Amino acid sequence: MKPILSQKNRALLAELVRTDFKLRYQGSVLGYAWSLLRPLLLFLILYVVFVKFLKIGGDIPHFPVYLLFGIVIWNFFAETTSQSLGSIVGRGDLLRKIYLPSWIVVLSSSISALINLFLNLIVVLVFIFINHVDLLRTAFYLPLILLEVYILALGISLFLSAAFVKYRDITYIWEVAMQAGFYLTPILYPVSRITNVTLQKLLFMNPMGQAIQDSRYAVITHQTVTSGTVFGSSVIKFIPILLTGMIFILGFIYFKRQSKTFAENV
Amino acid sequence: MDDIVIKVDNVSKSFKLPHEKYSSLKSTFVNIYRRKKTFELQEALRGVSFEVKKGEFFGVVGRNGSGKSTLLKLLAGIYNPTNGQLHVKGKLTPFIELGVGFNPELTGRENVFLNGALLGFSRRQMKSLYQDIVGFAELSKFMDQKLKNYSSGMQVRLAFSIAIKTNSDILLLDEVLAVGDASFQKKCFDYFHKLKKDKVTVVFISHDMNSIREYCDRAVLIEGGKIVEQGDPEKVAQAYTKMFMKSGASTNNTGARWGTKKVIARDVKIKVGDDNVKIDVVYSMEKPVENPIFGVTIFSPVGIKIFESNTRWCRIKTGNFKKADVCTVSWDMPNIFTNGTNYVTVAVADSDGAEFYDWWDEAASFIVDKDMITTAVALPEHKVEIKR
Repeated sequence: MKPILSQKNRALLAELVRTDFKLRYQGSVLGYAWSLLRPLLLFLILYVVFVKFLKIGGDIPHFPVYLLFGIVIWNFFAETTSQSLGSIVGRGDLLRKIYLPSWIVVLSSSISALINLFLNLIVVLVFIFINHVDLLRTAFYLPLILLEVYILALGISLFLSAAFVKYRDITYIWEVAMQAGFYLTPILYPVSRITNVTLQKLLFMNPMGQAIQDSRYAVITHQTVTSGTVFGSSVIKFIPILLTGMIFILGFIYFKRQSKTFAENV
Repeated sequence: MDDIVIKVDNVSKSFKLPHEKYSSLKSTFVNIYRRKKTFELQEALRGVSFEVKKGEFFGVVGRNGSGKSTLLKLLAGIYNPTNGQLHVKGKLTPFIELGVGFNPELTGRENVFLNGALLGFSRRQMKSLYQDIVGFAELSKFMDQKLKNYSSGMQVRLAFSIAIKTNSDILLLDEVLAVGDASFQKKCFDYFHKLKKDKVTVVFISHDMNSIREYCDRAVLIEGGKIVEQGDPEKVAQAYTKMFMKSGASTNNTGARWGTKKVIARDVKIKVGDDNVKIDVVYSMEKPVENPIFGVTIFSPVGIKIFESNTRWCRIKTGNFKKADVCTVSWDMPNIFTNGTNYVTVAVADSDGAEFYDWWDEAASFIVDKDMITTAVALPEHKVEIKR
């Protein structure tokens, strides 16, 4: 077995990520600052509407940071999947002319999103200090939770990017799915506002819901409703993690099968 | 058996060409509902087998659409074979196109590293080659400028330098490399000679028989997805030329044609002898014309103008013609042409050359197959003597 990331593939991956990053804000005045400004501005809008106008989240301590943190994690998921979706088709001219391990193309798009996530987490950290949030010890679990989100996003990305080669509708379908996902995930509203227990349970079947709530629990406040609170000690609480694993494996298998004919179909 | 670096074993490749491309979900569902899947199976390669030894310059020859490019892409790993197996031993670098992945928004320097990574070289390897590449391309002053500010010639130079300065065990070269101006072509051919001298394994795709004869140790001829001839390049080159000989000199209708149609070129007949080439052009007059000028131009297999003449330059008064007159204009010249397909363009204009009655690009072609070869544009009959 060859190592998955041989020196050659590592060099290629690094070069693709570097190129992506250099070209992303080509010609914009603020450049990379947009990576930070975009989620911050979105946060500002949602904060004004939901916290100031609708008075949501009053019972949760440090709700603004809590909200921002959720948005940052969701944005990472959204950015990874939507960027990877078109990555294979976007690099079609390359794939037709030269041999490339095609998964590297998807991986490189996801890494650009990963870099953005880290920049955004720094902003969250600044807000944490401004708001005098006591960083919890459980924050050490955060990398594990983010790993879960990354694996989920990567699995979906592999599936989407491969399917997009054949079906160009995918981009529109995914746009709508992301809109739906944004509201089906407890990002804006505290889970406690949902009084129906069955609905709450269904909400936590969503790996993104579970991951975002767990991250908030781990970093900001233990007063967060998590899948642990909803399901108790029942093994059902592991379903989202299981789903993540399954989605990744299925996405990977589908991608692997399709990748043999990318050069012909793209 | 150790010295075999490429082994192609009974490889077939077919493409499914749908009659209508379903690239949206709706059309796919509609199609499933109708239970109808119509596609054509195009067999690009059928049971191709050959081996390439270490240090060999191996030629692949074939007409357009014969399956050459498919074979190249299979060797490069871009396509997977439908049937059969391919084994490649060592690092193979394909040059199907120069400057793959070049991005106009990046600087020259960044593009060198990106292109290098795509060809499978690490940043460290590229760093050690960088000075060499830039030096050879003669672009040191421009490396920090964006590629979009380069002239197309500079871009090609940079891409070509990367191609020749990066070294690997096996090279796949498409003849598209040998495009560009004369000095650039010379650089390419010098490079081919150097490869041959250095015993680099090369798979060379071409339909220029002169370069196949000159560089290759062995060659295969592909036609209709199958190998029809292999071995000695001379034998392969002859088989290739014979494929066209069947049709011989021929008029074709693909070339561009324009004019006022007062006179129309009806037919072009070409006789290719060892010493002479004779071209007869039949014209018919649709309107009465005075002193028309008849002309002919010949282009070499690589598209260079070799011969051009007309009745005015020859100071011939052609006289007056009535409507429905027919005449044949004959051109006779020494056979200075090079091996391959030469193209003939014919034209007829009014006495001042101001109005073109009929201009017919590539009205006919003829094949030259001499024993002697050259890389120059013309090959006149000549003698060599050595005195001691």
